[in-house]
Amino acid sequence: MTEKPRFRWHIVVFLAPAVLVYTAVMIYPLFNTLRLSLFTEVDQARVYVGLQNFKTLFGDTVWSTQFWNALGNNFWFFIVHMLVQNPIGIALAAILSHPKLRFAAFYRSAIFIPTILSFVIVGFAWKLILSPIWGIAPGMLDAVGLKSLYAPWLGKEEYALTTLSLVSVWQFVGIPMMLIYAALLSIPDEILEAAEVEGITGLSAFWKIKLPLILPSIGIISILTFVANFNAFDLIYAAQGALAGPDFSTDILGTFMYRTFFGFQLQLGDPHMGSTIASAMFAIILIGVCLYLFGIQSRMRRYQF
Amino acid sequence: MKKSTLIGAMMATSVLAGAAAAQDVTLTIESWRNDDLAIWQNKIIPAFEAAHPGIKLNFTPSAPAEYNAVLNSKLDAGSAGDIITCRPFDASLALYEAGHLADISDLDGMANFSPVAKSGWSTDDASVQFCVPMASVIHGFIYNKDAFAELGIEAPATEEEFFAALDTIKEDGSYIPMAMGTNDQWEAATMGYNNIGPNYWKGEEGRLALLAGDQSLTDEGWVAPYRQLARWGEYLGDGFEAQTYPDSQNIFTLGRAAIYPAGSWEISGFNNLVDFEMGAFYPPVQNAGDTCYISDHTDIGIGMNAATDNPEAAATFLNWVGSSEFATIFANALPGFFPLSDAPVTLEDPLAQEFISWRGECESSIRSTYQILSRGTPNLENDTWNASVAVIKGEESPEDAGARLQKGLASWYEPQQ
Repeated sequence: MTEKPRFRWHIVVFLAPAVLVYTAVMIYPLFNTLRLSLFTEVDQARVYVGLQNFKTLFGDTVWSTQFWNALGNNFWFFIVHMLVQNPIGIALAAILSHPKLRFAAFYRSAIFIPTILSFVIVGFAWKLILSPIWGIAPGMLDAVGLKSLYAPWLGKEEYALTTLSLVSVWQFVGIPMMLIYAALLSIPDEILEAAEVEGITGLSAFWKIKLPLILPSIGIISILTFVANFNAFDLIYAAQGALAGPDFSTDILGTFMYRTFFGFQLQLGDPHMGSTIASAMFAIILIGVCLYLFGIQSRMRRYQF
Repeated sequence: MKKSTLIGAMMATSVLAGAAAAQDVTLTIESWRNDDLAIWQNKIIPAFEAAHPGIKLNFTPSAPAEYNAVLNSKLDAGSAGDIITCRPFDASLALYEAGHLADISDLDGMANFSPVAKSGWSTDDASVQFCVPMASVIHGFIYNKDAFAELGIEAPATEEEFFAALDTIKEDGSYIPMAMGTNDQWEAATMGYNNIGPNYWKGEEGRLALLAGDQSLTDEGWVAPYRQLARWGEYLGDGFEAQTYPDSQNIFTLGRAAIYPAGSWEISGFNNLVDFEMGAFYPPVQNAGDTCYISDHTDIGIGMNAATDNPEAAATFLNWVGSSEFATIFANALPGFFPLSDAPVTLEDPLAQEFISWRGECESSIRSTYQILSRGTPNLENDTWNASVAVIKGEESPEDAGARLQKGLASWYEPQQ
């Protein structure tokens, strides 16, 4: 015979501040945005239209071409990060964790510092560096006799998005580096020493021992990159403006949503279509994260030390 | 008992306060022109108050980027000032339709304005006027007089002379012929297409015909400006694709470029930066002797909050804004923002004089995309930016650009269907 456990009020009390703040600034706006996407405005009054806005977004060519263009650009933005940022981050972490490397702390800080800079600073700094008029890029290429390789990259449709992706990679390469670095440091020395006894050293130790052990961290980094890239907006806006030029070649979902929601120049803001795009972004990110969580992470092998 | 005494006391104070206010009315002015705060406080307000004892003015500007949002929430909450500075076209029209701006069509001062000047702040059928036109900006080309003298060229009047001048500058090589970039996109449309365009579509004649659906963007008058823009590309500096608006301003004011496609708002900024003499010419016409047309674009208006407690005082102030006294003070304090009234104005800045003198020679029009045509999706103004850039870069032919814009416009604008 046990007594019914008393309701533990202190849990509620301790959770309340965080739950309340989080609800007010995150959960409520999120659901309100989803709700807003089901309405439209007719003659200064808000009218419920069901999924009509989504039909417009995907069915009307004016909207759908912009949407697919932004989504395609967003995928390219993500792919560049996955192919460049994360491998470089892992490589840097592997080098940094090498016990014989001198000034490791200095390199670590230097590579991490751009991450804490504001997007606006990064955007403007790179715009100046790459500027055909005042920039140092043409001069530097000229100094090594490669002036012919220079192009006004940010102004050319075929290069602009890749250039901006690489700028973003430059800014954020510190994040995967730090996470992987921490994971590498947590690998017990005994394992590495045992491997060494078996004759596995150097590069093969990295491929055969370290890499499998840091795979879960790489998974987490991939999903963080995915979420961050599909929410990206700031860098493109700072460098190319809300019209994401040239000719929308750098338009990603974030800038498309901004333009629609808040309006731009003579285009008046449309909160309802803006919310529709925001909801679509939410769905895309949700699907991506779910695929990862249920498809990959649950099957990943973990090693306990 | 106690409560009613309190209420009585409160009513008594408010009556007293009301009586005091009746003697000295204070009008609060909402504006986004926080750059102009000193001009209002030192010049405009003292001049008005001296002439109108009993009315005090309080100029309370907010940041340009926040103005529309701040004003809307103040109007909804009933805490907005008596006088509202009006953005042109749809932003203010929406305020009028929501009942926030008063109908001031019958104001005496309105007689001083032409229909073009009024078009920025009237209903689509021009029957109701809700703001007094205050200032406009004129488009044209600013040039480096010293560079022109050095190369022995004169300010061009026709298109042929214009391109001949550009060729001369290009061959000489010491100056970039024209300072403009396409990175920020809007210059290509605003200082490019809408600057040279009125000469081809014959100003108001073509603009109104486009609004009525009698002309389309595929007509010669609307495609020809793109044809000229397509020739601009080779005269812009190296890497113009990535050149931004501030880059272009700096290139010109540093004396590295000879010609700058401009809006008159640049005048006061440029005056402080250049150490050479500047001149200006209006968009060159096709053949010598043709009537010239300029973009004299309505930019700032001023109206009355429909919920103001002091409509008479507000009307007095708005009438004064339409007078030549106000126009003279404003135009000289801010060279480059020109008063829109027909009242005579004397300007002191030589470059500003040059710009405003074109009003006598040429026909005035406004930017083609601003009234009504940028209300739908796709947005014609944004598309024009895009098309102007594509044409300058040679990525789209003038005819294709016209056809694309026409298709977009016709998809939602009935008169064009």
